Formats: sequence, C-alpha cells, structure tokens
Amino acid sequence: MGVAAKVNPLGLTRDDYKGLATTLCAGCGHNSITNHLVKALFESGVDPYRMAKMSGIGCSSKATAYFMERSHAFNAVHGRMPAVTTGAALANRQLLYLGISGDGDTASIGLGQFCHLVRRNLDCTYVIEDNGVYGLTKGQFSATADIGSVQKRGAVNELETIDIAALAVQLGASFVARGFSGDGGQLVPLLRAAMAHRGTAILDVISPCVTFNDHAGSTKSYAYLKEHDLILQELDFVAHRDEVVVSYPEGESVDVALHDGSVLRLRKLGQQHDPLDRLAALTVLDRGRQSGEVVTGLIYVNPEAVDFCSREHLPAAPLRDMKEAELRPDRQRFAELIASWS
Amino acid sequence: MDEIAGMDLNLVMATVNGSGSQSANLVLTRALFAMGVPVAPKNIFPSNIEGLPTWFFLRANAAGHLAGRREADLLVALNRATFHQDVARILAGGVLVFEQAFGDPQVDPEAHLSTYPVPFGKLAKEAVSDPDLRKYLTNMIYVGVVAEILGLPEKALESALARQFRGKPRALPENRAAIELGRSYFKENLTRSGSLAVHPLDQNKGKLLLEGNQAVALGALMGGCSVFAWYPITPSSSVAEHLTSLSDRLRVDPSTGERRIAIVQAEDELAAAGMVIGAGWAGARSMTATSGPGISLMAEFVGLAYFAEIPSVFVDIQRVGPSTGLPTRTMQGDLQFAYSLSHGDTRHPILLPGSVVEAYTFTQMALDLAERVQTPVFVLSDLDLGMNLWMTDPPPYPEQPFDRGKVLGEEELQGMAKFERYRDLDGDGIAARTLPGTRHPLAAYFTRGSGHDEAARYTESEEAYPRVMDRLRRKLDSAVWRLPQPEESTEEGAEFGIIAYGSSDAAVAEARSALSSLGIRTGYLRIRSLPPGPAIASFLGRHQRVYLVEQNRDGQMLQVLRSELAPGLTGRIQSILHYDGFPLFAADVLEAIRTMEAGRGVRLTSLESDAAVERTR
Ligand SMILES: Cc1ncc(C[n+]2csc(CCOP(=O)(O)OP(=O)(O)O)c2C)c(N)n1
Ligand code: SF4
Ligand SMILES: [Mg+2]
Repeated sequence: MGVAAKVNPLGLTRDDYKGLATTLCAGCGHNSITNHLVKALFESGVDPYRMAKMSGIGCSSKATAYFMERSHAFNAVHGRMPAVTTGAALANRQLLYLGISGDGDTASIGLGQFCHLVRRNLDCTYVIEDNGVYGLTKGQFSATADIGSVQKRGAVNELETIDIAALAVQLGASFVARGFSGDGGQLVPLLRAAMAHRGTAILDVISPCVTFNDHAGSTKSYAYLKEHDLILQELDFVAHRDEVVVSYPEGESVDVALHDGSVLRLRKLGQQHDPLDRLAALTVLDRGRQSGEVVTGLIYVNPEAVDFCSREHLPAAPLRDMKEAELRPDRQRFAELIASWS
Repeated sequence: MDEIAGMDLNLVMATVNGSGSQSANLVLTRALFAMGVPVAPKNIFPSNIEGLPTWFFLRANAAGHLAGRREADLLVALNRATFHQDVARILAGGVLVFEQAFGDPQVDPEAHLSTYPVPFGKLAKEAVSDPDLRKYLTNMIYVGVVAEILGLPEKALESALARQFRGKPRALPENRAAIELGRSYFKENLTRSGSLAVHPLDQNKGKLLLEGNQAVALGALMGGCSVFAWYPITPSSSVAEHLTSLSDRLRVDPSTGERRIAIVQAEDELAAAGMVIGAGWAGARSMTATSGPGISLMAEFVGLAYFAEIPSVFVDIQRVGPSTGLPTRTMQGDLQFAYSLSHGDTRHPILLPGSVVEAYTFTQMALDLAERVQTPVFVLSDLDLGMNLWMTDPPPYPEQPFDRGKVLGEEELQGMAKFERYRDLDGDGIAARTLPGTRHPLAAYFTRGSGHDEAARYTESEEAYPRVMDRLRRKLDSAVWRLPQPEESTEEGAEFGIIAYGSSDAAVAEARSALSSLGIRTGYLRIRSLPPGPAIASFLGRHQRVYLVEQNRDGQMLQVLRSELAPGLTGRIQSILHYDGFPLFAADVLEAIRTMEAGRGVRLTSLESDAAVERTR
C-alpha cells in the first residue's frame, strides 16, 4: 500500500463512487459508461447524499446499481423514468438527478415522456446508453438503429432512425451532447458539464452491445464507431475552483459558462460548430446522418434556459420538507374559506 | 299531509348543451336554497360541447332528501329535439313551460297539466342584440317565469344572482334584467293556474352547496398534498381546477410568489401516476385525480408502487365504462378493477366516500394512510358525487395532525447498526423507509419493482419472493382497522338488511324512510372502505336477507365480498343493480325491493313519486 488514494474536495476517494459489481456482459459499452460516470462524479466531487439515480428498464437501466452505492436509486418501469424523476424533483429540487436509460427505454416505449421531460426542462442529467437494440430482451432492433444496419441474424433495418440528439434539439432541449462509451476523454467532461448545467441535459452515448449488436454491418459496433466518430471539439471541464490548466492560442477555443460557475472549454477541431446555435446543431447532426458519421461532442447548449421547478415558482427549500403549518391553513383562514363558500 | 311539510317538487329544465343554461339552473338552485328549502340538483349532461340535449333535475323537498327524482312536476322545455319526450315526463297535475315556437305540446288532457307557452327566443331577440349573449340570457328568462309560477320571492332571487355572479359584477345587471323580462312577460300575458308553489322553509341554516370534487380538492389541500399531477378527464378535471384555485389562495407566499404546491398537468395518466410515485418516494404527499380510462393507464405504475411500497393517492371519479363508455354519466364501475389494479397479486386500500364531507375527510385520510401503510391508496368517488352540487354541512377543520408514517432521518439512523428498507421490525408488516437526500451512510437503498429481499437487494430467490408477498398482505390486513369502518343503522326487528356504498347513500336513505313509513323496518350498512372489515360479516350474520345496492352491472362489491367472506354469509345477499348512467334514485331501490319481495310473497304496491306504498300480504 503506502500511497494514499487521491481524494476529492469532499474527502472521498474514487472507490467511494463505486457500486455493486456489474452483472452486465463483459465488454458491454454500458460498463464503460459506468466507469466514466464514476470518474466524472468523483472529479466533480458530487455529494452522494445529494444525488438520486433514476432509471427505467433495460440492461442500461440496471447500471444505476453499479455506481455510487451511497445514493438512493429508483429503477422504475420501462420508459417511464422521466415522470418518476419529475415527481421526485418537484418534491425535492435540491437533489441532483441522474437518469440512466436505454435507446429502447427512451426512443420507443418512453418517447412521449422523453419529449415532455425535455419540453419542461426539468433540472436533471439524462444519459441514454444507446446500442441500437433491446439488449435485455435479446437483440431486437430499437428505434435508434440506423437505416441499413444489420441485425446479428442478418435482418436489415429498413425504417428511418430516430436521432435522439436531433429530436432533443428540435424539442428545445437546453443541453444536448453525444458521446461514445469508448471515449472517456470526451465523455467525462461532457458528463461533468451536463451535471453542472441547470435544466435537462441530454447525453446520447453510443454504447455497443457486444452480445447482440457488435458485428460487421452494425452501425453501433466498436469497429464502426472507431471509423465513423466525427468529433466536434476537444473538451476540458474546468471546475470554478480549479486553476486553468491548459490554455489555447486565441481563437482556438471557446468557453461555455455553466450554471454553477464551471466552464466547458471547447477546442475547435476541423469542424466549425457553434454549440449555441440551434440551427447549426440540427445541421451538423443531419449531415452526419447523411454521411453515416456519428457526430459526437457538445451539440447544443443554452445556459440561460429556465428549469421547470423555477417556472413552477417552487421555493428553494424542498416541498417534501414543508411542515404541517406551511401546508395546512390555520383555523381562521379555513373558516374564512368556508364562509366564502356560503 | 301538511302541504308545506310534504313539499316535494321536481323541476326539470330540458335545454340544449352549450346554451349556457347552467347559470340559469344554478340561480334557480340557489334561490330555492336561499329560501331555506332543501335542494338536490342533478345535472344530466352529454359528452358534447354544443348541441346535444341536456337536463337539469332540481328537486326541492321539505324532507331534505338528497337524491333526485326522475319525473317532473314542472318542466321547462327549451329543446325542440326532445320536446315531446320531455313532456311525457311530467306528472299528472304538473306544469309545462315551453318555447311557444315549438307548437302544440300534445299533452294528454287526462294529465291536467298547466301549460305556459312563452316566446323565449322572440323575447330575447327583442331585448338583447349580441347573439352570443342572447343565447345565455334566454335561459335566464325562464328563471323569471319559473319564479312567477312557484312564487319565489325577489329576495331569494337577488341573493342567488349575487352568489352566482360573485366576482363577475358586470354580468349581474343583464342577468337580472333577463329574469325580470320573464317575470313581466308572465304577469302580463299568462295566468297562474294549479297549486304548485314553493314556500319558504328554514331548513338550510349552516348548510352549504358543494361539489364532491371541490371537497376532494379541499381535502388535498388540508391533507398537505404538495405534488398533484393530473391529466384532463371528465368527471375528475374539476378536482385539479378547484385545487389550483384553492392553492392560489392558500399556498402562495404573497411576498415572493412562491408556491408550496406543484400542480402539474402531465402528458397523460401514465406520466401523472409516475410523477405521483416519484414525489411520494422523495417524501412529498402526492396524489392524482382521474377517471376509469386514466386508472387503466396507471395500472402498471400502481403495481410498482405496491411492490416497491411507495406512498401515493389515486382519486377515481368514476364514470360509465368500459372504454369511453358514457363519459358524462355516473357509475360505480371501477371497484373490482381498482381493488386489485395491476398484474401479479395486488390489493389496495379503497376508500368509498358517501357524501361531500366524506369526500373531504377521506382524501385527507388517504394521504395519511398512503404514508403510514406505504402503498397506493384509492379514493373512489363518482360523477354524481363529484360533479353535482350537494347540500352539506361545512367540512370540519381537521382534528388530527398529519401521520407521516415510518420515516427514518439522520438522527434515527444514528443509533442504528444497520438499515434494511424492507425489514418489518415490529410485526405490522410495515418497514421503515428513508428519503433520498438523507445524510447518512446507512440511508441509501435501491428502489425497484423487481424481486428484492429485506435489504432491498435484487433477488429472484424462491424464498424471498413469497416472504415479501406475505408481508405485503399482512401489512394491508393489519391496517384494515385504520380504514373508515362501515356505518350502520339498524332498526329493531328489521325485516331485511340493505348494504350500499358511495353515492348510493342518499337514495338508500330515502328508500328506507319510505319503507319505514310503511312500517317496514330495515337494517342498513354503508361500506366505507375495502378490504372488508369485520362489521360486514357481523351485519350479514344478523340479517337473513340482505339487499346489496350497487351502481354497476356485475355486482362488483358482491364479488369482492364473495371472495373474502364465508359463502354462508354472502349467500344471503341479493343484488340491486343500477347501471343506466343516471344517478341512483330512491324509486330505483324501492322498485327493485318491491319486485324481489314480491317474489317472496310480500307485496309492496307501486312505489311511485309520492311514495304511496301500501303493503299487503
Ligand atoms: C411494459 C414493458 N414492456 C416490455 C418490457 C420488456 N423489456 C425489458 S427491457 C426492454 C428493452 C430495453 O431496451 P433498451 O432500453 O435499449 O436497453 P438495453 O437493454 O439495450 O440497454 C424491454 C422491451 C418491460 N419490461 N415492460
Ligand atoms: S446484452 Fe448487450 S446491452 Fe445487455 S449487458 Fe449484454 S452487451 Fe450489454
Ligand atoms: Mg438498447
């Protein structure tokens, strides 16, 4: 031993952010995402007692058991995590809600709830572990399967794909990004920025299913991603308390200031993409769709958007902590009310 | 019989939906109410915004019965499409007020009706230039005509108008003028005949006119609900609407505008249920109000809340099903479905309010029970109770503090060696929970709808699953005493017993008093919750013959009782089933009893309007 484990500002080690051992297949993209999450949560110093892990149903939705064991978790019903999260956030808006879903959970059975969550801009982070198939029910195509993608047994998907990121932008989402389970360098800052953002942060993370969708002909395989990942920017997450570590020559980087005072620094690559421009976001996604490239990075952000609980004029203190005297009018006000009904 | 003490008049206003007759009908209702005359209004309306027939039954009766009556003593006929059909509803010696333009009403001369043709359309056209406004005010004209016929005092009308248009003072003068137009037309052109009249009584002191849904909303507010999620559906939407206006008044901090309640119109009932469950899990008192189709959509989520033990309250304002059924008509059709809603073995506490006051108290009780028992709790009201105005005592101020159930906070956890979310430590089947956000290393647990053990760990173990399921059953069984127990009123030497529940109470109470005046004594048990408590078996044990009154086709309460009580007891029950979409009236109950008693050789002759029941053996 000897070397003390690195601790974050809360005095917690990276191991403190771990959960139960995974029961997913070895090599499953979802497991990599879990590891990146652990890193992001640790590095951001997220308080486990302030976090609630939410999920639907699927291999992906099981992943909330595999990190941050000290936080409450709610594994809801298939496709309905958004509603449960909304209710929980209304009851206690002070918690950090981290939702984990799958492409089946989000883009098929849960598409309606997904749209309405985005529309409300509930303050939460929503990660879709997107493998183009229903892993847990053994490999049927999901609605994010690309047109022409081949199923393990040879069937070809002939239906148009639902691009969750494009849909989210179109619906007015305030934070939309896409990542790849195999690229932690990109995913960790995106996750940290998503959690720092106030409002619904949508993160569509391509996450290959090694058991049902990692073969030749699949557009959600590791091999396909390695060749077709169109990376929009290089990313650094700069927490407000951190020193600025790297600086880039003027004009090469853009800082996106996030709600909690942190900054997501984007270093332009070949792509000229302005993530504050909604139309540009839709354009870049559509171009990728046509060329068969998987566009990853920060696609769109609007740090000014008002979140749902604020729109509902809820107090900063959680509703669930309201005492009887704050909820139940006293005898006099009750009597006045009744008198007004006569 | 004393004419005044025996007064029992049923006014029926037949109009076209969307013509604004509701205000006119409410002014009449409130005028009678202001005279101290007990009223029972029933609005029979179609699922339509404009054009289909609608009826308002307004019963004024000295005895204070709260159920309606079917036949009219006075009919206002303003719907050409149903004109002749409506006229046939008038009892002999009754009154017909009708739009002159409809032509000859073809009344049976034997019926001795007093008929008053009034050119409503023409009068309105002359008096009001704006065509939209004219449509509304036409109805107010009949208020004036009816007031003349029945002798309603100016003062009562004025107070009714003031009440009806409170907050809309600009509408007052034109409505007053329309009533006056009706009165003066009657005085100048028609002569009062017949003896129909309403005399002031002094019976409404301290009473209010409230809708059941308004009472549910007040119960939610007083019960500390802070998250309410809903999706619009008749007949439950007005619960959310009332709660919104109550909250605007009583849950907003005037200095900051902050709201101590979230009322969210969800995208559908699935989402509404999900929000309620998420909020209940996070520790807020949360509920929804819906009707049958919404309950159907909530079924999956309710199973989750049952198995994961999440406090949540579901108010079902029942309407006629299946499917869209008759969405604006009343029924007690969801009892069995709600009782075991969801897949697998499930069983939920059901509260069955029989009055406006109970709609209020049971909603509060449901919020307490949900947190105490950590389970979904259902309140089953219906369209009749929920959307009609009922004369009622004022809802009382709650005497009990909130019961927040078993929740462990940081302090409680401090003294504990371990915390296991689903371990029953004191034998009542209820395990303590923690809320997300609790600052303690023991607090967190994993909530899931899949198999779990006492420590909330995932398992498919063949030992753990039955253990959990048995505890859930025990949990409910040991909470039965907390539910509102049946209300019983039994007369000495009762000939038979009657069981009913929910909004049937008014009709059954009236039927019993009619039977009693004939010397037929009955026992009465009103079930106020499920699972059935011991009082039901005891009542059945004491009555050889029991009529169970329900507003559904299949005898759903009987089926529930059959599955939970001894066959020797439930074998004593005969069903009285009412399911035509109308509210239950006393005559429906009496008629059924008459038929069934006749089968036993006891003859009760026809039990029509004046309850002139004779008994022969
Ligand atoms: C109401 C309902 N219908 C169907 C299912 C079965 N089911 C479980 S997981 C799943 C698909 C999950 O796919 P996805 O969200 O993509 O997750 P993955 O397993 O691929 O990570 C389905 C259809 C269910 N649990 N509930
Ligand atoms: S089936 Fe696919 S998605 Fe599920 S755990 Fe295995 S690899 Fe992952
Ligand atoms: Mg999937």
